Amino acid sequence: MFEAETLAVVFVGLMGLSILFYAILDGYDLGVGILLPLDQADNSDTMIASIGPFWDANETWLVLAVGLLLIAFPSAHSYIFKELYLPTAVLLISLVLRGVAFDFRAKAAFSHKPTWNRVFKGGSLLAAMSQGYMLGMYIMGFESTFAAYSFSILSAFGVAAAYSYIGACWLIMKTEGELQVQAVMWAKKTSLVCFLGIISVSLVNPVINPDVYAKWFDWSNAIYMLPLPFICFSLFIYSYIQLKRLPAQNDNGCWKPFFAAVVIFTLCFVGLGFSFFPYIVPNTLTIWESAAAPESLSFILWGAIVVVPVIFSYTAFSYRVFWGKVQELRYH
Amino acid sequence: MLETLMLSRIQFAANISFHILFPTITIALSWFLFYFKLRYDKTQDPVWMRAYRFWVKIFAITFAIGVVSGITMSFQFGTNWPKFMETVGNVAGPLLGYEVLTAFFLEAGFLGIMLFGINRVSARVHTLSTFIVAVGTSLSAFWIIALNSWMHTPQGHVMRDGVAFPVSWIEIIFNPSFPYRLTHMLVASGLTAAFLVAGISAYRLLKGDDKKAPKLTLKIALTVAMVLTPLQMFVGDLHGLNTLEHQPQKIAAMESIWHTEKNVPFVLFAIPDEETKTNKFEIALPGMASFVLTHDFNGELKGLNEFENNHPPVAPVFFAFRIMVGIGLLMIAVSWFSRIKLWRNQELPIWLLKLLVAMSFSGWLATLAGWYVTEIGRQPWLVTGILKIKDAATDIAPENVGFTLIMYLILYVVLMVAYLHTIFTMAGRAIEIEEISDEEMVKPVINHTTKESQYV
Repeated sequence: MFEAETLAVVFVGLMGLSILFYAILDGYDLGVGILLPLDQADNSDTMIASIGPFWDANETWLVLAVGLLLIAFPSAHSYIFKELYLPTAVLLISLVLRGVAFDFRAKAAFSHKPTWNRVFKGGSLLAAMSQGYMLGMYIMGFESTFAAYSFSILSAFGVAAAYSYIGACWLIMKTEGELQVQAVMWAKKTSLVCFLGIISVSLVNPVINPDVYAKWFDWSNAIYMLPLPFICFSLFIYSYIQLKRLPAQNDNGCWKPFFAAVVIFTLCFVGLGFSFFPYIVPNTLTIWESAAAPESLSFILWGAIVVVPVIFSYTAFSYRVFWGKVQELRYH
Repeated sequence: MLETLMLSRIQFAANISFHILFPTITIALSWFLFYFKLRYDKTQDPVWMRAYRFWVKIFAITFAIGVVSGITMSFQFGTNWPKFMETVGNVAGPLLGYEVLTAFFLEAGFLGIMLFGINRVSARVHTLSTFIVAVGTSLSAFWIIALNSWMHTPQGHVMRDGVAFPVSWIEIIFNPSFPYRLTHMLVASGLTAAFLVAGISAYRLLKGDDKKAPKLTLKIALTVAMVLTPLQMFVGDLHGLNTLEHQPQKIAAMESIWHTEKNVPFVLFAIPDEETKTNKFEIALPGMASFVLTHDFNGELKGLNEFENNHPPVAPVFFAFRIMVGIGLLMIAVSWFSRIKLWRNQELPIWLLKLLVAMSFSGWLATLAGWYVTEIGRQPWLVTGILKIKDAATDIAPENVGFTLIMYLILYVVLMVAYLHTIFTMAGRAIEIEEISDEEMVKPVINHTTKESQYV
């Protein structure tokens, strides 16, 4: 049996990990969807092939994250999703549309393929933007003010740019030739937009949330966190320098931008987590106030201790199986 | 103007009805695929690979719709039914959590290898991946049916301050209705997949496809249907007896028994009237309901009068039950008749092939009707004896619920049209492809290919 207080921390940690994994993994496949060029049939086939074996499993992290919120912090789940009712519906419908478009585009009548490509691109973009909008509203404490809405819309574009950036980096790693050149160009552009987005969130967040401000500028605590923005900044520069070198001879370092993007995502996430902990609904509900019964959480924690390492190992196995460059598509 | 409660109910019913269609196919279709792959590994006869390659594509598309429509469900529990999680979340949460951890990741993780990895891993690993995906789909049925059954026949918990706390997880999972409901659903899934495989194979034969694969899959599907139809009747009967013991008001509504009596007739057809508490236009077999449910023509059955204001609406439960049973009987007749014809080496006549095509999705209708019987039959309770539906609803503005409901409904209609259209397009396209070649056998199952790494 675990202590109730510890369980709440463990579960918010597990949930945070799932959200981070989701943002990185589905982030790159949503990003690839956003970047899909509608006028280049061959390239779009290759791009979609690069995410084919992974997207189902990537979206499962969202189900786990939302599931953990529902299981471990049920009152926070209903609070957050009642506030975000409409953007959630938009997110779900776009995820459904892009998920089915992925399969329909290859299997329906050939004449419908361009339509399904459009649905795939639009669905990916809308899913990313609704997630960004939800993040923005969360940071703004679900206020119904003009400032909150404007910030959330800005955040919607920021997240779409961030996903496109990590998607482009994924493509640099998985493709070659002319498509890779194009991906490098996409990555350069989107990394700039993503960078601006992160800066604006980092500025607005402490300004509107006094608690967040107090945390970041309380030297005893924040001394460990303050290097974080600087590392993040250096990573963008590092990523940009790497992008300038690509495509390189023998494809050296094609994985470096993706690596940088993953670390940037992680740092931003840690920063957000630090800002709000121990609140699960900003300024309203703490993790301890909303945690489910300890006997339920212990029961699932034992399972998680056994199962999660297994999930990691077969996910790693799957990535190993599909290691390397994507080649062209073949129809039979 | 409809209220939030009613709109939430319609929305949840629409979402879950649409969602369940796809897992119902994939739970069993994955085992069909495993069987095809196993036979191919053993015999190296290309016809098995041909069958696998055709059906794995239908599996992929069905699985994808199941995954994405299922994501909706994980949000809806909290948004539309907040009181549900507040009251029984300590029980429901871990069961859902185990479903995600043990089943969803397993399915999704190995699906990639199953669909795209055939030339990247050994035959053995690929067959194993197919097996693991099949295990994953069945496991997810295990957990979700455990939760659903607990909502019908809750046990293994205590109530403190109006909130359920778990005491024994074994009792919670293996609650009284669980074994029956799980078996009933798994067999339903088997029948749904069998009639889908039979129907699409019949469609290909009708369109002049003279290859071995559709004939083979037709035969296998009919064999499975022939075995499962009587089994399903037997399991359904046991499930009914279990319901009689634990939820007699549901049986009373299913059979439209208004007053407790002995020697109860089995009503073949009637129009139940809640106002006068009578059946109009009744056609009934005397004593049969008593006989089926108590195994005694003079057995006493409780009527709806014993559950005043505490029983489900009669007409929907009554009709849904008859639709389910009716389709089941038709399935028995068609599968036995066709399979025996094939046994005698006779060709199936055109009308029979057409009937099989028409019945491609009959499993869907029967499964939905069955779920309506059991779910509407639990009314007015959401969790029997613990939480009523009307107390669980959200306070979101009805306009918002209504607006999203309309969006979902439009989406589902579009998806259903696209899904059916695509399946028949794929069947049509399969006809034009010549017999499988050696080169084709090692190609990835779905169009995409990848080549070995140039960097590590």
